[in-house]
Amino acid sequence: MEDLSLHILDIVENSTMAGATLVVIDILEDPKKNVLQITIEDNGRGMDQEMLKRVRDPFVTTRTTRSVGLGLSLLEQAAQETGGNMTVTSNTGQGTIVKVSFQTDHIDRKPLGDMGSTLTALIAGNPEVDFIYSDNLDNERMELDTRELRAELGDDVPMNDPAVLKFLRGLFEKPENS
Amino acid sequence: MGKLKVEDLKRIKESLKGTVNLRDGQHRVKITVHMGTCGIAAGARKIMDALFTRLEESGADDIMLTTSGCAGLCNHEPMLTVEVKDTTPVKYINLNEKKVLQIFDEHVMNNNPVADYALSQGSETTY
Repeated sequence: MEDLSLHILDIVENSTMAGATLVVIDILEDPKKNVLQITIEDNGRGMDQEMLKRVRDPFVTTRTTRSVGLGLSLLEQAAQETGGNMTVTSNTGQGTIVKVSFQTDHIDRKPLGDMGSTLTALIAGNPEVDFIYSDNLDNERMELDTRELRAELGDDVPMNDPAVLKFLRGLFEKPENS
Repeated sequence: MGKLKVEDLKRIKESLKGTVNLRDGQHRVKITVHMGTCGIAAGARKIMDALFTRLEESGADDIMLTTSGCAGLCNHEPMLTVEVKDTTPVKYINLNEKKVLQIFDEHVMNNNPVADYALSQGSETTY
């Protein structure tokens, strides 16, 4: 993966495959501690403690199309390369929380990448799932809750309408001359 | 950016009146971009972005763009599947942005599959 937003896309796809109806994504930069922390929390079907123990193993997956599962393994590796780490907590029927931290200024820390693109890809592919996104990057708090968006748009406009997705993308574009 | 502005949403809703895309099950074409770990690592999101832009430019309201997981052919990623109503679905492999736009223009818009980028054509022959 080239950047962290692609890792996030990958991990959240796990959430949607696990039947989540709500996924909370938070990116928190702590300049004092030099830590960048990404949290992905879903209300999917979760996993039992046995699976949880093995989930970082690249040769463990629930899918049937191939026998390797690299998503979490690659993310953990990306974190460890910066001296960071990853924790996964989960309970059957209660969802899963993936927390991953990076040393922000480490030379091997991948750039965040394009979260606008990640979120629009997620919404396009899973229009029935709600996403709450927040970050505190560039000294500005950003929050996006698709439940608010959905309530405002009503039943007439589906979340994956190209105009809605374009609007969402626009929220992530940096204004020029900034 | 900051918080989502309600006025902006109202504006979208107004501008979309009468032009809203058809919901699932009512579209003429369904495009599925494969977004497993393999697809994402190979560049599936760029494919998705290119399709979004072209879809929006086209103004078409009968095309559905969605994603799926790994199809088990990871070495052929990025891949996508085009399903035109009442015709055979076609799986395209080893894509890039240029190829995908050609597929959109020829197959999605004009129902003319691009054989060069397809995984296979028809089934095996026995002679």
